[in-house]
Amino acid sequence: MSPDTTSTTTTSTTDLTTDSADLAGELFAPGVGAQAGPPTTPAAGTGSAGQASPGAHSHGGAAPSGAVPTGSPAERFTSLDPDAFGVPTGREETWRFTPMKRIRPLLDGAASDAHLTWVTDLPEGVELTSVDADDPLLKGLPEPADRLAALARQRSDGAAVIRIAAEAQLDRPVTLGLSGTGSDEVVWGQLVVEVGNFAKATVVLDHSGLARYAGGVAVLIGDGASVTLVSVQDWAPGAVHGAQYDAVVGRDATYRQVVVTLGGDLVRLVSNVQYSGPGGSAELFGVYFADETQHQEHRLWVDHGVPNCRSNVKYKGALQGEDARTVWIGDVRIRPAATGTETYELNRNLVLTDGARADSVPNLEIETGEIVGAGHASATGRFDDEQLFYLCSRGIDAETARRLVVRGFFADVVQEIGLPELQDRLMRVIETRLGALPGLEEQPVEQAS
Amino acid sequence: MSVDTQAGVSAATPSTGSVLEIRNLHVSVGEGDDAKEILRGVDLTVRSGETHAIMGPNGSGKSTLAYSIAGHPKYTITAGTVTLDGEDVLAMKVDERARAGMFLAMQYPVEVPGVSVSNFLRTAATAIKGEAPKLRTWVKDVKAEMTALEMDPAFAERNVNEGFSGGEKKRHEILQMRLLKPKIAILDETDSGLDVDALRIVSEGVNRTRAEGEVGVLLITHYTRILRYIKPDFVHVFVAGRIVEEGGPELADKLESDGYAAYVKDSNEQASAERAALEVGSA
Ligand SMILES: Nc1ncnc2c1ncn2[C@@H]1O[C@H](COP(=O)(O)OP(=O)(O)OP(=O)(O)O)[C@@H](O)[C@H]1O
Ligand SMILES: [Mg+2]
Repeated sequence: MSPDTTSTTTTSTTDLTTDSADLAGELFAPGVGAQAGPPTTPAAGTGSAGQASPGAHSHGGAAPSGAVPTGSPAERFTSLDPDAFGVPTGREETWRFTPMKRIRPLLDGAASDAHLTWVTDLPEGVELTSVDADDPLLKGLPEPADRLAALARQRSDGAAVIRIAAEAQLDRPVTLGLSGTGSDEVVWGQLVVEVGNFAKATVVLDHSGLARYAGGVAVLIGDGASVTLVSVQDWAPGAVHGAQYDAVVGRDATYRQVVVTLGGDLVRLVSNVQYSGPGGSAELFGVYFADETQHQEHRLWVDHGVPNCRSNVKYKGALQGEDARTVWIGDVRIRPAATGTETYELNRNLVLTDGARADSVPNLEIETGEIVGAGHASATGRFDDEQLFYLCSRGIDAETARRLVVRGFFADVVQEIGLPELQDRLMRVIETRLGALPGLEEQPVEQAS
Repeated sequence: MSVDTQAGVSAATPSTGSVLEIRNLHVSVGEGDDAKEILRGVDLTVRSGETHAIMGPNGSGKSTLAYSIAGHPKYTITAGTVTLDGEDVLAMKVDERARAGMFLAMQYPVEVPGVSVSNFLRTAATAIKGEAPKLRTWVKDVKAEMTALEMDPAFAERNVNEGFSGGEKKRHEILQMRLLKPKIAILDETDSGLDVDALRIVSEGVNRTRAEGEVGVLLITHYTRILRYIKPDFVHVFVAGRIVEEGGPELADKLESDGYAAYVKDSNEQASAERAALEVGSA
């Protein structure tokens, strides 16, 4: 490891069936559990290298090839060929959290013609077309980083393309309502969103219904453009959804992604960001809410390879019920060329009942000292007693107080969507789910003897 | 039965004064071997219409007293009673205490991300009054109080205490007291961290509440400067977990010139005497 490479990985696995009472109360405390600023200890190794293998190559071309100093963290392996990844067993770093049995159909790769039902709303300045598998557009996309993504790219045999004209200012969001039809067959899909220079747009992918869906999404953002991609996973129970989302952020462009995962049996989303020119900004927001037996996994990979770019990650999740399971992996890499980088990532998990488990692994690789700032924070715990006490001391009963707090916990991120109607709908879903909370135990009151 | 009747009477005739009675209150923090006794027998009666100032050195247990009365789960009551109009406050949950008419303006108000001030205030008012206040008058009332406390209306849309300055948090506490109209208000160092103007504004808020109705105020403070705005009827000196002296407003002036040194010394001597007695007793 070269001396100017530093890395921090914080692994926190919270399994409240065992014990994490000492985590209670720290959830919202500012700075608690945070490791901010450039870390000072060189790490002996990290869990972030992914499936590195001999001959691994860099994806996308954002990183200046040849400029990677010897001893840098291994490059993440990417390939268009599903078989280049082998068939995951569940022991691999990238798959170790995923329930393999439930994701298996998306890894087997059986060909299928199954589709989601599309309901689209396309404002003026937006074109929806499709391209064949050999279209040059697809050649230029960031490569798949795991077998599931490679299968989705290959089996979808082409892609749907949303083109937003240069300098377009849309009067409303582009909305794709994508609903599952209940078929057992896997739906393979690839979507490309091409945003012209200086365009300003919001694109909403609204997933619902029952499906087994492996769907790649690539967002190519022109110079100076500003785009918000919202992906709502409001699947019916039993749905399985795995996908790789890639964003290539142009010079001085702004990318905002808001991921909202509420439904389905298993959702595993990999969101990658790279910058094709300096001055780009990426904000990745996410909320997830896992109930009994739901598995929700969000893996982020922000690759700073050019100077003066920003990234900001904020994911918040709540869990309730037996075997509710969430995984959040936040990898940020600042390559030697990425001077002037500013990055921060935050993950907070609110564990509402026993028997739920949240994993949170932020990981920061810093290969240049010339950055503006870099930090990450991760906290997993139960309700903050102080917040509950404060609300209750104003006459609000404990259950209402808890609901207010959880609602606020989510609203904080949901309001980043910027579309009031959608926000209200999602908050209503969350509130309904909160209502299902099994009788919250009464607040303990110390009794006089 | 008699309790029911009493409650009915006091509800029908609000001018019937309330009384908070604290008797021999002992409170500790920590569990098992780490348990540490903070309050060592507090006796205090606060009636509506009265204003009591509690003054004492850092760490003497003033906030512990306030929090224990409000029901903070961190504190364990090991002996004693607290009643409001005869009702056992200690048997009530935190929210029930507030609905019974208790209010605590906290020394360190808590930030609640994602919950807006306006939502919070309305939820609290609904809980306390038992029904949602009529929207039109409510909005008007909130605006009027915020104006009186010189709070920017923008605060209504901010998250509860999030990013508020120290002084803004204190104004927000008093705003809540104004809107929730408690029978007994405990103000824990509401004056600290306020500049001269803010101190006046906040004090006037408290005085409006005092003038309006029959509220009993327990004012915890280090400094006499707030007592120039809010005239106490009684001053209590609080040292090492109990009240060691009581008097009228003149006691505050004496404390300002002489400090707590004399009381602290007395109290230390007494504590060691007690320990010695205990050792003899258990031997
Ligand atoms: N969890 C705890 N464990 C041990 N001691 C504690 C704990 N919490 C509070 N204390 C102690 O209890 C004592 C009383 O604290 P309290 O906050 O009531 O004092 P105070 O009179 O309000 O002080 P100040 O004037 O500084 O606000 C202090 O010595 C404090 O350190
Ligand atoms: Mg105090």
